[in-house]
Amino acid sequence: MAFIPHTEADVAEMLATIGVASIEQLFDEIPASLRVRSLAGIPAALNEMQIGKLMSARAQRDGRPLCFIGAGAYEHHIPAAVWAVATRGEFYSAYTPYQAEASQGTLQLIYEYQTMMASLTGMEVANASLYDGASALAEACLMAVRANRKSKSQRVLVPKNVHPHYRKVASAATSNQAVRFEELPFGAAEGRTLPAALARFDAQDITALVIQQPNFFGVLEDVDALTEWARARGIFVIAVVNPTSLALLKPPGEWGGGGVDIVVGEGQPLGVPLASGGPYFGFMTTRMAHVRQMPGRIVGRTLDVSGHEGFTLTLQAREQHIRRARATSNICTNQGLLVTAATLYMSLMGPQGLARVAAASHAHTGELVAALTRIPGVRKLFPSPYFHEAVVAFDRPVAPVLQRLADRGILAGFDLTEHYPELGHALLVCATETKTSADIERYANALGDVMKAARAA
Amino acid sequence: MIQVPADLQYTKSHEWVRKLADGTVEIGITDHAQHELGDLVFVEVPEKGRALAAGEACAVVESVKAASDVYAPLAGEVTAGNPELATKPELINQDAFGRGWLMRLRPAGAGGGALLSPAQYEELVRAEGS
Repeated sequence: MAFIPHTEADVAEMLATIGVASIEQLFDEIPASLRVRSLAGIPAALNEMQIGKLMSARAQRDGRPLCFIGAGAYEHHIPAAVWAVATRGEFYSAYTPYQAEASQGTLQLIYEYQTMMASLTGMEVANASLYDGASALAEACLMAVRANRKSKSQRVLVPKNVHPHYRKVASAATSNQAVRFEELPFGAAEGRTLPAALARFDAQDITALVIQQPNFFGVLEDVDALTEWARARGIFVIAVVNPTSLALLKPPGEWGGGGVDIVVGEGQPLGVPLASGGPYFGFMTTRMAHVRQMPGRIVGRTLDVSGHEGFTLTLQAREQHIRRARATSNICTNQGLLVTAATLYMSLMGPQGLARVAAASHAHTGELVAALTRIPGVRKLFPSPYFHEAVVAFDRPVAPVLQRLADRGILAGFDLTEHYPELGHALLVCATETKTSADIERYANALGDVMKAARAA
Repeated sequence: MIQVPADLQYTKSHEWVRKLADGTVEIGITDHAQHELGDLVFVEVPEKGRALAAGEACAVVESVKAASDVYAPLAGEVTAGNPELATKPELINQDAFGRGWLMRLRPAGAGGGALLSPAQYEELVRAEGS
């Protein structure tokens, strides 16, 4: 369907109908003292040609660096068909369609997306997406507080090796709702959460446990043991997962025998290109038993009056447009276009394609770590199994080394010093299927030169 | 004509209260309320042991049209939630004053002064309808 804004004639007709002289008059109730009359500091508008030139000049400043940074957003090959189809006029909107009679194609696409995400995570039901992985975790914590009615404490255990941005967003978004986060330490030698860290909560009222797999260090957690510990105590388990990794790893729906309660994650690896700050999208899946506490839009399949299959938004009664302030959340899916791309990506890759991407990423990261740790002054930090990211440690501060490599067009990894000073000079590196042996060799040679020069200096 | 049993007390927000022999009270939503909501598809009742303040939102009744809060008519501690409603929310449509009860409460103190008599509730419903 077409998304055409109102014409001047439409606006005039609507104003005449309600008996208001101008749009400006609709804002009369805002006191004059609260209104900003001028937008000082905002430059004049540019036309399309001018803005095109400006943006292209700015884009060139980024250059075309060789990127080994993961840390939550991953460079994967995106088949050309994905965005060629996603940008067709029929799909080209960010919004979830309310009007079922005019939006069957988009609704069916979201239904297929939900089916794929539920299948990938091993859960029963998915929503139509959230803003990003971090806000999806915040929503999952609020959902766990609503759904775990046996627990009164609103305390959520969050390991320190969960993505630092996710922890910050979850804590900011829930802080006015009396959710309390308890940080779990990780094993200094292993990089993962150890059973001993849980022991002190054995007999306490805990609402939910968050488990990130792989964790922020790329390390694989013992998800079965952690899930079993929580389930035995009536604690909800919230899994934060990388969708690509699920082509190889056990889905959260099967962790610890019974599986987890809520799965969330960042959908960007599924067909969304890297961009500074997004837009990306978050995903969320759960069990049917919790579906009424799940935030966001859900598309369902049904039959119309003539018995034909059709698609429509469902379980709307608890959402903001009906329940106002008491809605389960204020989330809507304005990430519809990214979900379209993700659905196309998953359709084109298929389970085997996604498994090949995951296996190649794992193998390339192994190759990268081996190449880097052959350099004097570089060692691998945790011996634990990993997926497609790993932590290496330098014998000197990371930032100056990264700067010298950036000067050579290499983004060498994510500096962990700010968020994890206890790890020393630590760097998180990632190599997806996009990194060839030649790329890895180029990085290792450059790092070797930089380290040698630094030692000589 | 909607039913307003003479042996119950009512609230302005369409709950009913039945005094039981053991000193606890049984609480539900009225026949008028279920009629306004339409077919119920999901009901969330409070957990046993939960302490409620008078007027506190303590249950949710969800129909195909809307999800509405149910408010505690008086303060007290929940002694039971109706377990049948988890799988049979339609009991509220079929028998709002009987098998469709939502919860039982042990009142904290005397209270209950603000409740409506059947005649007052009938008047309220009539006024809403006009």
